[in-house]
Amino acid sequence: MTQLSSEKDARATTARPPGAEASGRAAADAVLQQTSRQARAVSLVREAALLPVVVLLIIVGALVSNVFLTVSNFSGIGLQASALGVVVVGESLIIMIGGMDLSLEGTYGLAPMVAAWLIVPVAAFGSGADLNPYIGILILILVGALVGVFNGLLIVKGGLNAFIVTLGMTIVLAGLQNGIVKAQTLFSLPSAFSYLGSAYWGQVPVSLVVTVIIFVGVGLFLRYHRGGRAIYAVGGNAEAARAAGINVDRVKIGVYVAGSVLAAIGGLMEAGRVSAVTGQQGYQEGIIFTVFAAAVIGGVSLAGGKGNMVGAATGVVLLSLVQNILDLANVSNYWILAIYGGVILIGLAVSRMIGGKTSQG
Amino acid sequence: MAENPERAVPSDGVPPAEAVGIYKQFGSTLALSGVSLALRPGRCLGLVGRNGAGKSTLVSIMSGIYGPDRGQVLFEGERAPALGDVEAWRNRVATVFQHSMVVPQLTVAENVFLNCQPKRSGMVDWKTMRADTRRVLSEWGFDDVDAAAPCSSLSVEQRQLVEIARALAAGRRCLFLDEPTAALERAEIRRLFDRVRALVASGVAVLYISHHLEEVFEVCDEVAVLRDGEMVLTQETAGLSKDELVAAMVGPDVAASAIMSQNGRDGTGTSMHPDSGRPCLVVEHLSAISPRGPLHDVSLEVRRGERVGVAGLLGAGVATLARAVAGAHPWQSGKIEIDGAPLVPGRPDKALRIGVGFVPEDRRAEGFVRLLGVAENSTMTIVDRLANRLGVVMPRAKAAAARPLAARLSIVSAGLSQPVGELSGGNQQKVTVARALATEPKLVVAIAPTRGVDVASKAALLEALSSLASSDGTAVLLATDDLDDLVICDRVVVLRGGEIVAEFTEPPFDREELIAAIEGLVPNGKVTA
Repeated sequence: MTQLSSEKDARATTARPPGAEASGRAAADAVLQQTSRQARAVSLVREAALLPVVVLLIIVGALVSNVFLTVSNFSGIGLQASALGVVVVGESLIIMIGGMDLSLEGTYGLAPMVAAWLIVPVAAFGSGADLNPYIGILILILVGALVGVFNGLLIVKGGLNAFIVTLGMTIVLAGLQNGIVKAQTLFSLPSAFSYLGSAYWGQVPVSLVVTVIIFVGVGLFLRYHRGGRAIYAVGGNAEAARAAGINVDRVKIGVYVAGSVLAAIGGLMEAGRVSAVTGQQGYQEGIIFTVFAAAVIGGVSLAGGKGNMVGAATGVVLLSLVQNILDLANVSNYWILAIYGGVILIGLAVSRMIGGKTSQG
Repeated sequence: MAENPERAVPSDGVPPAEAVGIYKQFGSTLALSGVSLALRPGRCLGLVGRNGAGKSTLVSIMSGIYGPDRGQVLFEGERAPALGDVEAWRNRVATVFQHSMVVPQLTVAENVFLNCQPKRSGMVDWKTMRADTRRVLSEWGFDDVDAAAPCSSLSVEQRQLVEIARALAAGRRCLFLDEPTAALERAEIRRLFDRVRALVASGVAVLYISHHLEEVFEVCDEVAVLRDGEMVLTQETAGLSKDELVAAMVGPDVAASAIMSQNGRDGTGTSMHPDSGRPCLVVEHLSAISPRGPLHDVSLEVRRGERVGVAGLLGAGVATLARAVAGAHPWQSGKIEIDGAPLVPGRPDKALRIGVGFVPEDRRAEGFVRLLGVAENSTMTIVDRLANRLGVVMPRAKAAAARPLAARLSIVSAGLSQPVGELSGGNQQKVTVARALATEPKLVVAIAPTRGVDVASKAALLEALSSLASSDGTAVLLATDDLDDLVICDRVVVLRGGEIVAEFTEPPFDREELIAAIEGLVPNGKVTA
């Protein structure tokens, strides 16, 4: 019963009379604890590995423009990064269970569109239902949840491919969004509806505070809640999770729903920020590409089972800084996309190098 | 093991493959320390050692998967090619890995000539490729493999033949076989041995890595033993006893217990739990369809504290029965009850909740999550219990719950947070078992729990399963195709073609009779040993 079978321990035991077992084991435990502490330190370094890149970007930004290092610029970045960040949280969760959802882009546009359409007056291209804005926000969340349930059922229960299902869903949602208002833009949003995306507490945008809370909350959930641990288990090896009694289907569908709801909230922030909902919000900007890029740069593995909120947040911060610097540098509008895309590709390569290969064998 | 008279290549001193003074370190672990090994044409060298002894590392280094920290690999006396030069490595040595490396979607011919297809005016010459494949296959007596068939339609044995054929097609004279029998059945193993002997007779140098000592004695001319990253023994198999080999593998201090498990533990094996009258598991008229082999009208009872073995060949329904009992496989008719509670077909989560612990047959596929730690994997089945009302589980609670399990099974890791994917096979299996035991189940269902693990881990695993029954009164259902596992059982039922064909109630069980029943060498009917 007491045979220790590691190489290290076996080697130690051979050189020791059986009586020394207890003290030997204590020593071995100490060694093992130290190794695990080192391992933890290494993983912290890896999580913070993109920090120098952030610092570098801040230096570059300061050199490019003297506006860059101002409070108002940073609160602007925060405002812009918030909507993106919330969607990145949702997509990261979905990627971590080994899935993907392209239609978060569609939800990001459709959910605030439907809600605003039911709220604003006919003169602002509303439906005429003139609903209370708070009910509108509930409807927004409901639309997100419905899209998530639909995706989840098709992918998990229907066994359809996530890529194709959500690609199709993106187009359906964008079509609905545009069709409902016949390509008009909804405006004169009530202040309760646009509060989240436009209000400030002092110099700090409310949306930024909410986004930070979501990141921290989801991060803690992933680390300390059994639901969060189930996400890692399902993403890492769904069959093993199933054999351990985890209801894999429920976890997966739940994550698709959570992801879509987060995308809807991101859409609400964006709608508040621009005080309107266009017929193409989300779809037009192609935000899904930026969302995936931020998650993957942040170390969320497309293979599933791996990633965390510190990384995802770093990815969001990085891309938002780049966007801001390009804006401030007066790069010609015609070229800005090419440069932005190039920077993302470089970012992916760098994070791959820092993250190293996943351990195999 | 006599000298081979037809040796095509003279063994004139230059080994076709040789490792000289190899050192390799992974993190703080020295995996290999000054290991040397030489293959000779027309000889089969067995490489044995416990899990984690460095066998896989050595084979990987000699196959060009990664480079040594110190020392070098020589082929025909020349330095090995550069690490990334896959083509050059492939021309010198062929490794058949434990896990199949064929591309299932491609045909046999495409796999044999993967990335070196014969060409005609720059295009793949399909006709020649198929003809050459057929020639290679028939030359080595692999006639039952169709060159045009997709590999997905082949059996495990046939896929392995494809891999060997791939090695031989390039005319390589150096073949590494890493645990080639792990997934094969008895008759297939027999044929593999015949083929290995034929290859060796024609002058191929073979390195044969195995856990099964009988196999080594059967096919190898020489055996090399790795222990803790050092080569502790290299000797002709003729004149070496099994006990000596085991002693070399496990080292002086654990040898005794390992041998005990090898010889059976008949004295302690019969200590039945007092409360043996109540059935814990009742299977009634169970019929099921499964690619693992169907079941026809199987009935079985396991009492508390009883250890029941279910033995049979791979397709005999052994795994199907065990999976059904664990809730992992649905069935067509019949019923299963655990302590009087009916089992819901195909719902492992519900089975777990009514007290079934499950050790699946393929630990990589179902046993653990590679990226997660030892503690997390071991306690995955009891998160409900560890979580507070809000569902929060502190890592500390997981570690505290996992520690006694890890000690009980002597799991060795660099801390309980080390990802299980980084552990050796034996320790991974122990984690899989720990996960099943964590729930303190009424019944443990284990399928081939010692497959592909080393002698000492095997002993620890069997000991843990056995002591569950004798000390905790847990019922154990042990489904296996490895007769060595059955030493811990109080009773053994034999399945063939999905039906119970024999039952042995008096341990120790007679090996010959068991094999006869498993292989169907005696007429059907209850046999009592």
